Amino acid sequence: MADVVLATYGITKTFGSLVACDDVSINVRAGEIHAIIGPNGAGKSTLISQICGTLIPDQGRVELMGQDITALSGRARALAGLGRTFQISQLAMEDTVLQNVILGGVGATRRQWHFIQPILSHHDLREQAEAVLERVGLIDDRHRQTAILSHGQKRQLEVAIALMLKPKIFIMDEPMAGLGLEGSKQLTMLLDDLRHQAPILLVEHDMDAVFTLADHISVLDYGKVIASDDVDAIRNDPVVRDAYLGKDS
Amino acid sequence: MISERMINIILIGLLVIIPAWAYLADEPFTITLMTRAVIFALAAVGLNLALGVGGFVSFGHAAFFGLGGYVMGVLAWHAQSYTPFLEWPFLIEGTQSMPVIWVIAVILSALLALVIGVVSLKTTGVYFIMITLAFAQMMYYFSISWSAYGGEDGLSIYVRNSFPGLNTLDPIQFYSICFIILMAVLALMARLVKSPYGLALNAARQSPKRVEAVGLDLHQLQLLAFVISGAITGLAGALFADLNRFVSPNMFSWQLSGEFIVFIIIGGVGRLFGPVIGALVFVGLEHFLGEINDYWHIYLGLILLLIVLFSKTGVMGLLVKKEAHHG
Ligand SMILES: Nc1ncnc2c1ncn2[C@@H]1O[C@H](COP(=O)(O)OP(=O)(O)OP(=O)(O)O)[C@@H](O)[C@H]1O
Ligand SMILES: [Mg+2]
Repeated sequence: MADVVLATYGITKTFGSLVACDDVSINVRAGEIHAIIGPNGAGKSTLISQICGTLIPDQGRVELMGQDITALSGRARALAGLGRTFQISQLAMEDTVLQNVILGGVGATRRQWHFIQPILSHHDLREQAEAVLERVGLIDDRHRQTAILSHGQKRQLEVAIALMLKPKIFIMDEPMAGLGLEGSKQLTMLLDDLRHQAPILLVEHDMDAVFTLADHISVLDYGKVIASDDVDAIRNDPVVRDAYLGKDS
Repeated sequence: MISERMINIILIGLLVIIPAWAYLADEPFTITLMTRAVIFALAAVGLNLALGVGGFVSFGHAAFFGLGGYVMGVLAWHAQSYTPFLEWPFLIEGTQSMPVIWVIAVILSALLALVIGVVSLKTTGVYFIMITLAFAQMMYYFSISWSAYGGEDGLSIYVRNSFPGLNTLDPIQFYSICFIILMAVLALMARLVKSPYGLALNAARQSPKRVEAVGLDLHQLQLLAFVISGAITGLAGALFADLNRFVSPNMFSWQLSGEFIVFIIIGGVGRLFGPVIGALVFVGLEHFLGEINDYWHIYLGLILLLIVLFSKTGVMGLLVKKEAHHG
């Protein structure tokens, strides 16, 4: 399958006697949004951590564009093309919005060993950052301090930083969490547009967003993939309804 | 409320006007006090890069200060006693040339910081504090036991080292050297924190996970900050030894490491000119209160307590209105 961007093969992770991920194999293809759903504690974040390199799987491997990246550090995976947003915002809160976005560009262009020229006169990075901020809808807030942004704006900023990396795939852990109706609508529109740039692996509890956005859904339950199919098939799958959807829809 | 830039300009003004007045009024002792303050400020400017910008609290920066001091002491001692420092495998003579001493002090302090940094930056928080303290204590006891260079008594240098074209024994001329070095280092710092590297180091303090997620190596960023930091404090140590024409194990003492931290806290953690305020306040108290009362450190403690209670960003934070702060 030539268009598979990210794949996991038989990922297994245990914490003591708890099997958090049990033989998880998923594929994310070019141009698609692949959602991972499942009840609390199903192992979604644990899977994301293993894909992004913050946790090492006990078994199995992760491939990006056919290359085995299981042995790479989180940092190297970011450079290899994983653009990650965090479930809990990870931002330089004292810095401005623009500085946070430019930081992504510093990493992507490996300019961290430039010591003299002020960062704001690296005009290529600055222009790129402003274009990205325009796109996520934060351009008017670029000189504000990050700490005073609303929760929704912080989520948008996380996406903006990931965009600076020009990733081969976006990996997003619950980007809608804590957003109001308006906020999740906005972010849904943004993600909808992003898929043309790079596919998205999306962990999300917000079912409206998932059914609007996803091309493909994998359902995790007790660490196992109990279903993986297109949206309509998942919606009508009795096993899935039973394990998960039945409770809220 | 005034801007931080305005305060910085006022501080530079003080560093020019007070010694100029003292020179005209023929008060060499005041010039010497100001020299002391400027050198302490330089040492703390070095520490501020690690502690304020990088966010790791080194409680062992006296290691670099003392090393810089001993570089000066040992080289000048060999020069004044006409004995070579090393004869084999190649000849190294002592020297009384300030620029040569500075270069060597900076290089050796940077190397020491590299070694200490590689070991200690694997840890954080209290462990980092303890490991840096332990390294400085090792240097302290080593200097005490090294009897060839005076052991506990230290080394006295009879003539201040030389700088081409200047009479360094003239207090105002030596002050000028120290002042210009401080200004040059502050200018470099100002550039550094605004550079891409500075942005990354600043972000590394605030959100390590973010920095890794954009493909930056946290450890390398911090290690370099520690090395630059140590080199600057080492340079200050060489100047301090030259000011006193004396170096002793006390330059490695943990009290001194603590005082550098105090300068930064008084002035404002991470603020460019914070250490300048801290060092001026410290030397001022030491002089004025020290004359009245031997226990003047109590007042220093009180001031520190008040500052920490009322402002997280020191005197600078009290004077400057709250703003998005970066470098
Ligand atoms: N570091 C850890 N040590 C021990 N147990 C852990 C660890 N991390 C996660 N777990 C456990 O593994 C299971 C899966 O956790 P995980 O965070 O992956 O779930 P999740 O699907 O992301 O849940 P949520 O929807 O609440 O975010 C949970 O039972 C959790 O308690
Ligand atoms: Mg989770």
